[in-house]
Amino acid sequence: MNKPFDNRAWFLVLPVFLLVAFSAILPLMTVVNYSVQDTFGNNQFFWAGTDWYVQLLASERFHQALGRQLLFSAIILLIQIPLGVLIALCMPRKGWTVSLTLVLMALPLLIPWNVVGTIWQVFGRGDIGLLGYTLNRIGLDYNYVNNIGDAWVTIVVMDVWHWTSLVALLAYAGLRSIPDAYYQAAKIDGASRWSIFRLIQLPKMKHVLIIAVLLRFMDSFMIYTEPFVLTGGGPGNSTTFLSIDLVKLALGQFDLGPAAAMSIVYFLVILLLSWVFYTVMTRDENERQGGAS
Amino acid sequence: MAAITLDRLAHSYLPHPSAPSDYALKPLDITWRDGGAYALLGPSGCGKTTLLNIISGLVAPSEGRVLFDGTDVTRMPTEHRNIAQVFQFPVIYDTMTVAENLAFPLKNRGLAKAEINARVHEIAEMLDLRGDLNRRAARLTADAKQKISLGRGLVRSDTAAILFDEPLTVIDPQLKWELRAQLKQLHQKVGRTMIYVTHDQTEAMTFADTVVVMYDGGVVQIGKPVDLFQRPAHTFVGYFIGSPGMNVLPATIEGRVAHIGSSSVFLADDYPTLPAGKIEIGVRPENIALKTGAEGLPVRITRVDDIGRIRIARTVFEDHEINVVLPEDTPIPTDPRAVPIADRVHVYADGHIVDASPVRGHA
Repeated sequence: MNKPFDNRAWFLVLPVFLLVAFSAILPLMTVVNYSVQDTFGNNQFFWAGTDWYVQLLASERFHQALGRQLLFSAIILLIQIPLGVLIALCMPRKGWTVSLTLVLMALPLLIPWNVVGTIWQVFGRGDIGLLGYTLNRIGLDYNYVNNIGDAWVTIVVMDVWHWTSLVALLAYAGLRSIPDAYYQAAKIDGASRWSIFRLIQLPKMKHVLIIAVLLRFMDSFMIYTEPFVLTGGGPGNSTTFLSIDLVKLALGQFDLGPAAAMSIVYFLVILLLSWVFYTVMTRDENERQGGAS
Repeated sequence: MAAITLDRLAHSYLPHPSAPSDYALKPLDITWRDGGAYALLGPSGCGKTTLLNIISGLVAPSEGRVLFDGTDVTRMPTEHRNIAQVFQFPVIYDTMTVAENLAFPLKNRGLAKAEINARVHEIAEMLDLRGDLNRRAARLTADAKQKISLGRGLVRSDTAAILFDEPLTVIDPQLKWELRAQLKQLHQKVGRTMIYVTHDQTEAMTFADTVVVMYDGGVVQIGKPVDLFQRPAHTFVGYFIGSPGMNVLPATIEGRVAHIGSSSVFLADDYPTLPAGKIEIGVRPENIALKTGAEGLPVRITRVDDIGRIRIARTVFEDHEINVVLPEDTPIPTDPRAVPIADRVHVYADGHIVDASPVRGHA
């Protein structure tokens, strides 16, 4: 059969190109433009070259924010991925409890981010918050406003509470796609519970877990609203993550040039790390395909 | 290896079954001899997979017992029953090599490494998998994967029975033939009891010495392939086996004559004591000839299908459709009449075959 070939078909994808151009590429180019110039009032621009980038990459402040951000994402992934998988394994597979569990699990995901921050801000207060008050009453000296450790623990627990459901639901979907025959065959082969997890469940969940890791990495790396509401980046700068720092630089100090340079670097770091995660996690598969061909 | 006995076995997925229709599997008694090749044949939903899962221990029956060599295993968990099962879709451990897949059941049972290796090589040889032993199992084709599933059952020397649940569903038609033949050979070589569930009559007939035909949760006939064809014990068996299936026509029996509508056909035997119920006669399309004359049923031919080796005439007599297989090069007569071979006509009451009077009237 002859496939019809017609160059006019490009017109059909034109709207998408235009949309992407106006919503993503043009704004990004504006940022690039700002990042290589110094601006003053009355729309005066002066060429700055790579100055802002050089300054940024040498700045102690950026290094610290980046370090905090990497540490935060690492903690989040190390807790949420195993915990989400564990929860998915415990979730019911049939009966009326399935829909109930799904709804309950989805609830935290439906709450707006600033509300999550506010909930935990009140929850953790020593005078009126259920958590803060209780901890203080049982003799623990808990104060997320003054204590760096307490602030970190609160933000991590808040994020785990908010987002572990997502990992659990994805892992659950992966588990549900495993046909019963696999479990039956494992029984017949005399496999242990651990073998079933390692040899059947984990390999079959792999693809959804890759998505879960990427989503949780990108989201946690860009976290802004919840810590902004909860701690405002404090105490001191101890919970000032990259996006909070960026907003301070751009809107607080109105240093548009340095802020633009930081945005570009921030974006490239996320892109790079996501690529690394994806490549490492799918390496096995590529080898397999390469070997088969 | 083991003989398998099903003793008043029945199963319902409902907690309190009362009517017969509540049962996925109606009470049955069967003994399968050690080393036999059996097929469970029936349409989807007839209870054959339920029966298979009861034997393997994946489903606990609500009534009756399962015995392996006289030992009651009804409540014994799957992993202690020493059975192997090959499922509809190949089940392999993706992350392992073929050799590791085959070794897995032995490793779980704590065998020595040298012994495992020897067994794995022996089975790989038998299944033609030697060249693939060190490849990742996930890379193989569907038929090779099914062989691995089977191999994991064969590798254990104590396997009591090997159960197949429509194992060729995902295999390409050409390979199906080959695998089926290999299975048959394998059965002769290893001599284990094998039970093969399928809805494909060709598969059942080529694989099994004895075919168990199931219909609506019950066993309707157990027999050799030739018996199922020549003397179907139930009209369902007649329909289901053979292509096209048996012609079944409502009739009234009088001596050695069956009246159908306004015409009649001859029978080979007397049926003096017919049970009450709906009486029908059944005759295979292969056992009817189209002739001219006064004998048989006057039919109108609606269509002739030429399927290569034979032709099938689709005919109508009054309100009944009758299929007739025409041998090659036979002209179709004008004003044809369908004349069955008298001793191949069976009489059925409410679907079940009626035995003719003990004194058979052969000349």
